[in-house]
Amino acid sequence: MRIASSADSSDNSRSQMIMADSGSSDEVAVICNTDITSTESENNIINTMVERGTALLKKMEISVAEADKRTGKNTVNMQETYTVYLIETRPAESVSEGGTPVAPDTLWRRYSEFELLRTYLLVTYPYIIVPPLPEKRAEFVWHKLSADNLDPDFVERRRVGLENFLLRLASHPVLSNDSIFFLFLTEEKGWREAVLETGFQDKADSRLKSLSAMFRVKNPDKRFTALKHYSEDLSTVISQLLRIRARVADRLYGVYKVHGNYGRVFSEWSAIEKEMGDGLQSAGHHMDTYAASIDDILEEEEHYADQLKEYLFYTEAVRSVCRKHELIQYELEMAAQDLSYKKQQKEELETGTVRIFSLKGMTSKLFGQETQEQRESKVAALEQSIQEGEEALKEKNAESQEFVEKAWNDIERFKEQKEKDLREALISYAIMQISMCKKGIQVWSNAKECFNKM
Amino acid sequence: MSVGAPRGLASSGQKLITEILHPLSAAEEPLSPGQDVTISAEKDKEPGLTNGTPVEISSPASASVLLSRLQLDCEPEADAHDAFGSGEPRDLFVTVNDPKKHVSTMETYITYRVSTKTTRIEFDLPEYSVRRRYQDFDWLRIKLEDSQPTHLVPPLPEKFVMKGVVDRFSEEFVDTRMKALDKFLKRVADHPVLSFNPHLNAFLTAKDLNKRQGLALLTKVGESVKNVAGGYKLRARPAEFSAMGEYLDTFSQKLGTIDRISQRILREQSEYLTELREYGAVYSTWAASEEQLQRPLEGVAGCVTTSCGALEDLSDNMSQDFLPVLREYVLYIESMKSVLRKRDQVQAEYEGRLEAAVLRKQEDRTPIPVEVEKCQDKVECFNADLKADWERWQRNKRQDFKQLLTGMADKNINYYEKSQAAWESLIPLLQEKQTEDKTSETN
Repeated sequence: MRIASSADSSDNSRSQMIMADSGSSDEVAVICNTDITSTESENNIINTMVERGTALLKKMEISVAEADKRTGKNTVNMQETYTVYLIETRPAESVSEGGTPVAPDTLWRRYSEFELLRTYLLVTYPYIIVPPLPEKRAEFVWHKLSADNLDPDFVERRRVGLENFLLRLASHPVLSNDSIFFLFLTEEKGWREAVLETGFQDKADSRLKSLSAMFRVKNPDKRFTALKHYSEDLSTVISQLLRIRARVADRLYGVYKVHGNYGRVFSEWSAIEKEMGDGLQSAGHHMDTYAASIDDILEEEEHYADQLKEYLFYTEAVRSVCRKHELIQYELEMAAQDLSYKKQQKEELETGTVRIFSLKGMTSKLFGQETQEQRESKVAALEQSIQEGEEALKEKNAESQEFVEKAWNDIERFKEQKEKDLREALISYAIMQISMCKKGIQVWSNAKECFNKM
Repeated sequence: MSVGAPRGLASSGQKLITEILHPLSAAEEPLSPGQDVTISAEKDKEPGLTNGTPVEISSPASASVLLSRLQLDCEPEADAHDAFGSGEPRDLFVTVNDPKKHVSTMETYITYRVSTKTTRIEFDLPEYSVRRRYQDFDWLRIKLEDSQPTHLVPPLPEKFVMKGVVDRFSEEFVDTRMKALDKFLKRVADHPVLSFNPHLNAFLTAKDLNKRQGLALLTKVGESVKNVAGGYKLRARPAEFSAMGEYLDTFSQKLGTIDRISQRILREQSEYLTELREYGAVYSTWAASEEQLQRPLEGVAGCVTTSCGALEDLSDNMSQDFLPVLREYVLYIESMKSVLRKRDQVQAEYEGRLEAAVLRKQEDRTPIPVEVEKCQDKVECFNADLKADWERWQRNKRQDFKQLLTGMADKNINYYEKSQAAWESLIPLLQEKQTEDKTSETN
């Protein structure tokens, strides 16, 4: 990210990173041979998360093991089918006497509960870039991919995404310590009530304030502005990438599948040939294999798309942190402005000069001045107000500074995570491409052998 | 390489006709029925055979069979360079290359250099180099077909191209056409009978090809086949020729299907390529807004671009090398089918005349006229020539398609290899830890 370097080190954003092994060059498993599969590469990402060694992860292993269908009544009392996901937790490095792994604790959660958890975290930790959930509905699909939420492939990919979400939370230096999160993992019943009891909804900024672009911040921290622009750019470019990738996948699918027709015609042709027959027939089989191979290839590529999607959704979280900063900054500026207005008012009253137009001032000019007592009581009230205002301003300032400090901490952490994860994603993508090429070479070499025998 | 009498034989080689016993010559040589077992079997009219030689003897009525026999006797080593696998040593080499554009007031056209190297005595010099245009090839082909109707003449690439659709002077078109003309000439030069045709000689050697002067050297067979009376209906086509016809029909159909599939693949590849290019461009755009990820993303964009280039090569190859050869074979099949039809006509005439003659004989004991016997000879010659050509055609077809399809496989392998190499070279770049200082972004 290109962020203007901050000259004001007053809000020292560079606190010590809470990373178990920051800076070491062997943080990520170095891949020397390209025979590593992309699932191994993905495991590297998970390993990286685990290596961060939060207290929670030291204690337990977390996974989303299964998905299942349920039916029940929804909020408008209608029957609906929905999917539930099995969360397994197990004490870390647990081996019972017999040497077999300890049975995990399990509970079932549906997607809406994940959403509730996330909303709670967003409100409670506005300075944290909260990891995103996998998409609710399938987007950026290419034509063979189902857009149906109940489609097993979609459900499977979502299961992986949800597990990823939980691991991200569990490896986060701040979020992993949250008790509601812990309950989410351990208490199936009564969790919902516990969340609502925190009263987090009250803290949620009113929609009007936080989403409105109407308020103008005079002096936002330049780093946040730059970050906001960067995340907008990133969001645009990843969306573009995902859209075009879907089209590319469609086309590639077409190319491979048409080759299957070669299989059929070679077979038919071989029937009228004597010496050439066998070679043609076997070559035809290889063409069929080639045509069929694209399904797995593209299925694997969806993993890559999911990794990109995660960061696409992350940009939204980044932007909401920036907005929160703007909001606090705005409130700060408003408080300062309010205070200075009051001070000016007091000064006017004391000196008798009217600099600020006010209805009272006009009417008093027209209908005569106030009495001395009236003025003195006004000044006293103002003084009180000013004092309160100064208190409020101090608080707001402190709040702002704390926010900026904590936020920037998390932003730095996020930046590093992003660089690492996207790098891993690119590596795994390259490996997929290599694997696709190798398969292609294999099939065509086999076909060539058959042609040679014609 | 042996030079000498046994070359031109039987129904071909006009110059040497007097030297060799010709089945149609007046000398009443016992007529050998040739290898054609089925014909004699189906002839239930005994007067058809002037002799009762058992049909198992395969007599060298066909030029190439006798030729190869002689070669076998004189030269035990078969010519390893003969790609057509017929065992005949090559003493006539032709090449078509060096296209040049000629602009005159009347027209613009392309000529090609035709180079010849030969040791044959029919040629005055050992080497020739002339320039010919498509029209000249067309002339040659027509002359060959006319003078050797019992033989299969290889096809030429399409004569007419739609102006505005295809650029007749584009490098690709000219190159594709030139390769086809080269192939045509090589096939003719390799044919044991056609290669001795004087028209070919003229084509290869004359400074100015005077096309209007029709060289009136037709074989007796050629003459008589040309003058086959129409209107006769074929009774019983021998099974092997029917089989040939059926094979050709099916084969032609399959080639058509392969053509369509290939075109479809080209279309899909083209659309894939378009999307892929855009895809690579987005990575470049993304790289511009990143720091540490800039080089990796640019690297990915580069790999995609390389893959695009490789794919373009593959597609170009398919459309320039693969498809034209496929289409040319369809033309070849059409030529073969027309030869088969001619053969049918010749046989039909014979059967018609024979039937008429038999009837007259029954009526008033008129003996079977000589003409009828001559017809029979015609039929048998034709059959023999055709079968020899068929064998050769099948061999060539096998070679050609082996080459064509392995070529296609090779090009695809090539494409994947290039792409794989690009991605593999990217991995180390992606893995290296950036040592750039994260805080220095003052750009």
